[in-house]
Amino acid sequence: MAFSTTTANFTSQPFSFNAPSPTSHVKLLITPTSASPFFGSTRKLRLPSSSIFNLHRRSGTVVGVSQVVKEKKPKSTLNLLITKEEGLELYEDMVLGRAFEDMCAQMYYRGKMFGFVHLYNGQEAVSTGFIKLLKQQDSVVSTYRDHVHALSKGVPARAVMSELFGKTTGCCRGQGGSMHMFSREHNLLGGFAFIGEGIPVATGAAFTSKYKREVLKEADCDHVTLAFFGDGTCNNGQFFECLNMAALWKLPIVFVVENNLWAIGMSHLRATSDPQIYKKGPAFGMPGIHVDGMDVLKVRDVAKEAIARARRGDGPTLVECETYRFRGHSLADPDELRDPAEKARYAARDPIAALKKYIIENNLTSEAELKAIDKKIDEVLEDAVEFADESPLPPRSQLLENVFADPKGFGIGPDGRYRCEDPKFTQGTAHV
Amino acid sequence: MAAIFQGVGAAAPLSSSPSNSFDSNKSVFSPRRSFSVSKRVSFAVVRSDGKVNLNPKGRRDQRLIPNAVATNAGSAAASKQGHELLLFEALQEGLEEEMERDPRVCVMGEDVGHYGGSYKVTKGLAKRFGDLRVLDTPIAENSFTGMGIGAAMTGLRPVIEGMNMGFLLLAFNQISNNCGMLHYTSGGQFTIPVVVRGPGGVGRQLGAEHSQRLESYFQSIPGIQMVACSTPYNAKGLMKAAIRSENPVILFEHVLLYNLKERIPDEDYICNLEEAEMVRPGEHVTILTYSRMRYHVMQAAKTLVNKGYDPEVIDIRSLKPFDLYTIGNSVKKTHRVLIVEECMRTGGIGASLTAAITENFNDYLDAPIMCLSSQDVPTPYAGTLEEVTVVQPAQIVTAVEQLCQ
Repeated sequence: MAFSTTTANFTSQPFSFNAPSPTSHVKLLITPTSASPFFGSTRKLRLPSSSIFNLHRRSGTVVGVSQVVKEKKPKSTLNLLITKEEGLELYEDMVLGRAFEDMCAQMYYRGKMFGFVHLYNGQEAVSTGFIKLLKQQDSVVSTYRDHVHALSKGVPARAVMSELFGKTTGCCRGQGGSMHMFSREHNLLGGFAFIGEGIPVATGAAFTSKYKREVLKEADCDHVTLAFFGDGTCNNGQFFECLNMAALWKLPIVFVVENNLWAIGMSHLRATSDPQIYKKGPAFGMPGIHVDGMDVLKVRDVAKEAIARARRGDGPTLVECETYRFRGHSLADPDELRDPAEKARYAARDPIAALKKYIIENNLTSEAELKAIDKKIDEVLEDAVEFADESPLPPRSQLLENVFADPKGFGIGPDGRYRCEDPKFTQGTAHV
Repeated sequence: MAAIFQGVGAAAPLSSSPSNSFDSNKSVFSPRRSFSVSKRVSFAVVRSDGKVNLNPKGRRDQRLIPNAVATNAGSAAASKQGHELLLFEALQEGLEEEMERDPRVCVMGEDVGHYGGSYKVTKGLAKRFGDLRVLDTPIAENSFTGMGIGAAMTGLRPVIEGMNMGFLLLAFNQISNNCGMLHYTSGGQFTIPVVVRGPGGVGRQLGAEHSQRLESYFQSIPGIQMVACSTPYNAKGLMKAAIRSENPVILFEHVLLYNLKERIPDEDYICNLEEAEMVRPGEHVTILTYSRMRYHVMQAAKTLVNKGYDPEVIDIRSLKPFDLYTIGNSVKKTHRVLIVEECMRTGGIGASLTAAITENFNDYLDAPIMCLSSQDVPTPYAGTLEEVTVVQPAQIVTAVEQLCQ
């Protein structure tokens, strides 16, 4: 089924991300003085000039959503993108994410949590911008960088911190850890350690939503699923396979690419033949949007439209958010490859500072109220750490629970009884 | 895919439910004729068009294998005659009944819908239940298996078909990481009630890649169950049990067994996923087998009986976990074990079973366990070579003779 897509369907203003304009054939020549901050600090990267590198200068044709929207609307001093309540909600969520991750780093270096811990500092606008628009029944699927997605979706900070400490009160009883955050109540479907692995799961959740509406006849079921993943994942087969299936069946899903330009130490440009990920959407029959992921209001605007599109039943959208992680890939990453100038450039675009500035300049609320939120979050975190510290470690008896939903799956032992009936089983000492 | 194939006309199985204590002596000496589905075990040729040729000379003049319906012993089986069908039809019937029973059960896989399935297991289902419930997927095993898992987490009960089990190697990521582990890593919050099924095993000159035995690769994955069907009766029973189970279950079918014919009960029944099936009680040696090798074993058993041996044949059916009760009782009785399987020698189901029996029943063994497996060779195309990669009845006879010296 031919699906001609340009982003023209998407909003009233075609952004022409995909239509090459005849005047802007640009050679992909990356220099440190490149005016385009999108391409990062690969100063040694020089690619031959060739017409196949038909890439646009970002500043030329890629336009921030909010800018266009502003241009379209009549000038008005009351033309604000958010209300005060919304502003405070967004601010609080981002501050929670940032403070939580900072606290994680502290706790890690104090020996309270172990293993691979991947922090989200700098990318808060994407999580907050998207997830705060969802209902509780909507689903979110994430990667190993999932603490903040969990928090935005509503999982209590206590539960996430406990999980990181490996305590039995964690959201996954201490069995998942940093990379496997799940919450049935809040419809957080993980937390996956291998990249790309969660995208089919998200596609399945979207499939269920469609199935419920069309087969089970739950006419009001309009649950949407968001799949978050990074730039490195966009070279993985599962990404493309799911773009195809989601567009084919018009599943209610939004694919959110958190393009922070780096997959551990691999620059996105060194790994990808065509680095503009949003262009891959139309190839599969869905709109592809690029948005400034350091600006929560822009992200929110795009997210609104993408989520509404999915809810309406018009199918999936691919949203590429240009963002940046202020810390290394994980707490074990020395982060030596990235250019300090690049880091400084993005630090200047800190999403929390930007939102704060917007709120203050537009007189949505006072500085004092924002400071009060900061303090509140500090208290929430203190409480979370204290709760996690005081929570018990999982007892041995927890070892064999949850391996199977139906523990008869451990089989029948030599004595004829099901192994799960063996008392050693509940003590966790049984040999299975 | 039609194949004329030779084997024992499906022996009516005796499956004990956990509540009944199984006593093999009792079943041997007191056949229960009241069950209408009991029938003689005989050597028969089952043709792909459904005709069964009974060989009168080959009929074994011995006791009936009594039959117990897997559910209530006192069920109405006595009053109904049952109906005859082929194995793939039995699978289809099981699947269809479960889809009727629970609207959340759905099927996804390549060519399952309009095409009816490469071995016709899903024939007619798309017409009846619609294109969304019987979903024709693009060729993307890893992703559609993952999609099935995501759907299972959010409330559906998908049956995921691998057109050939070998193709599921592409879905290993999802089967291992998500199918097997997700219930655990989520702290029990999400269940994955999927059934992953498809035809596997060595066929007739299908070539190396289409002749794989994935049960050996999947067996280490924690959190999944594996079963292998071998008769229309247990095919339907296992399919239904697998769909109803809350655990992820991998159901192994065999390419050459789809046209087996048998009479099965009309009423609803399931076969317990964790239990083995006693095919032929005996005294001298325990032969453990599953799937297609069951028929090679039964063919060898005929020869062995004529030579004066009395083998006990158990179809283990549950590849993970092993039914150590049925197996153990048998070992305690015969003291000799022969495992006959189609898996490769290295790291196959037989290897695990040998270890499990040695660990648990070493004191009862009079001889080392013998394990006959396929050669550690990619299955050749040439018919003559292919024949010698899998275990043949003559080898089984020799092995039993050796074991019983």
